[in-house]
Amino acid sequence: MNINTLTIDAARSLVESRELSAQALAEAHYAQIASQDQTIGSFLTLTKERAQAQAQRIDRLAEKGDPLPPLAGVPVGIKDVLMTRGERTTAGSRFLEKFIAPYDATAVQRLEAAGAVCLGKLNCDEFAMGSSNENSAFHPVRNPRDTTRVPGGSSGGSAAAVAAGFAVATLGSDTGGSIRQPAAFCGVVGLLPTYGRVSRYGLIAFASSLDHVGPLTRTVKDSATLLEVIAGRDPLDSTSADVPVGKYSSECGRDVKGLRIGIPKEYFGEGLDPEIRQAIERRIDALRSTGCEIVSVSLPHTEYAIPVYYIVATAEASANLARFDGVRYTTRSPQAKTLADMYRRSRDEGFGAEVKRRIMLGTYALSAGYYDAYYLKAQQVRTLLTRDFQNAFTSVDAIVTPVSPTVAFKLGEKVNDPVGMYLSDIYTVTANLVGVPGISLPCGNNSEGLPIGIQILGKHFDEATVIRLAHAMEQDQH
Amino acid sequence: MKVTEKDVTYVADLANLELTPDESTRMVADLNSILDHIDKLNELDTSNVEPLAEVVSAFASAGRQGSEKFAYAQRPDEVKPGLSREVALSNAPDTDGTCFRVPKVIER
Repeated sequence: MNINTLTIDAARSLVESRELSAQALAEAHYAQIASQDQTIGSFLTLTKERAQAQAQRIDRLAEKGDPLPPLAGVPVGIKDVLMTRGERTTAGSRFLEKFIAPYDATAVQRLEAAGAVCLGKLNCDEFAMGSSNENSAFHPVRNPRDTTRVPGGSSGGSAAAVAAGFAVATLGSDTGGSIRQPAAFCGVVGLLPTYGRVSRYGLIAFASSLDHVGPLTRTVKDSATLLEVIAGRDPLDSTSADVPVGKYSSECGRDVKGLRIGIPKEYFGEGLDPEIRQAIERRIDALRSTGCEIVSVSLPHTEYAIPVYYIVATAEASANLARFDGVRYTTRSPQAKTLADMYRRSRDEGFGAEVKRRIMLGTYALSAGYYDAYYLKAQQVRTLLTRDFQNAFTSVDAIVTPVSPTVAFKLGEKVNDPVGMYLSDIYTVTANLVGVPGISLPCGNNSEGLPIGIQILGKHFDEATVIRLAHAMEQDQH
Repeated sequence: MKVTEKDVTYVADLANLELTPDESTRMVADLNSILDHIDKLNELDTSNVEPLAEVVSAFASAGRQGSEKFAYAQRPDEVKPGLSREVALSNAPDTDGTCFRVPKVIER
């Protein structure tokens, strides 16, 4: 068993055939974490008792020869913005450093009902705000492919854990690229389901109209398998869609001949690393050889996506984070003499700099006199971005783009440049603003050996086409 | 748009944040550089464009009118189990066993 390359199928087979018990499999992962996570920093909390109890349950089923659920014994990690009942859940923040979740997020509950073994909670940028995992209030995460570099963010821990052999698969969240970009930086697969495909119940909200829960895995098929388990209407999340869940894993291996692939010119302009451009063009050529039709498309409002995102996301965040006030579940400032004082001090002491920056920006954008100029304007441009995609999708089935203008940058390189950090989201934010599904998968390394990711975007609820294409691309590289 | 220290104080009040003087100064600079970038949106003419507030309304309510548009978000008005008081209080920094306890509301 190679712990660094184990897939869901392989892990489950080991447990089902009883070649390895679920408990031994979990132990092996904990040993890997113990020996290497000091350097990487991907886990914030290990949930050993929970993992053991679940692994024992699975082993008992295997012993009796009972049929095993689809993720039986598969070791997973959960981004710390998702609630895990009875376990510490911090959202990467000091404000929640002692918070014990009173319930499970639906996505977590579904994973465990399918037999997955939750090893622990994964480090992330505080309240999912960041693109490098340097905004975690606890410690940064290092990229397993080069520990002087960032893993990406905000699901940096989730991507690093899969890349480092600490978990077979992880759950992350993506509000502006936070699953796809770390997946690209760490050389793993990251799936962004359509908005509403996966319940957000139990996801500590950052921006409610932009947040998506999704998997990070080693293979496209594994992401498809996880999606099947976590997707579907949830009465506890009124924004979860009542759309049937497809058998996404069956898309793997299906023919892609005749699919029309859109290449948006706005995503291949200035600022894109030439080695990334080359790697992606190679993949596009390969798709052409497989029989796909390559079509040049235009998404004319692309350059406005970042300003729209930073108004909408911060405005929604300022509302969502208002609940953290020192009263019910956060730490509280010891100095406060009055209630108002307590709110203000607790929040200033509990939140990190980036979170405060975004709360301030969002509050400003929504305040009297500025609402029309900023928030309303941004929502109108959001409609224009949506129309761009609707138009493009009348002539293509999927759109292929880079994930990030650069490969993983060095730790500390962008911490003092918030706008520079924000601009690195240019290829990922539009998908969240429009709600379409997407995937990031590895498509080679640059001349320094650093991973390059390629993105496929699809129509709303057409994860099937995204997965089919991604799988074909993945297979083509072997 | 130019943000001043006064604006930062006003917004910090709205956001319930007790910024330190250092933080305030840095915030003026940060907000201005971000807002400079956001000003780009004024290049676009959106006079006849509907704002898009929720992606979900596009696919949840096609063909429906009025409150029917939000039928997907509704359920029968029946009491369902929720968190127990004990669990709800369990993460609080201060309680009296029944309620959350906070410093006095009014300063005399």
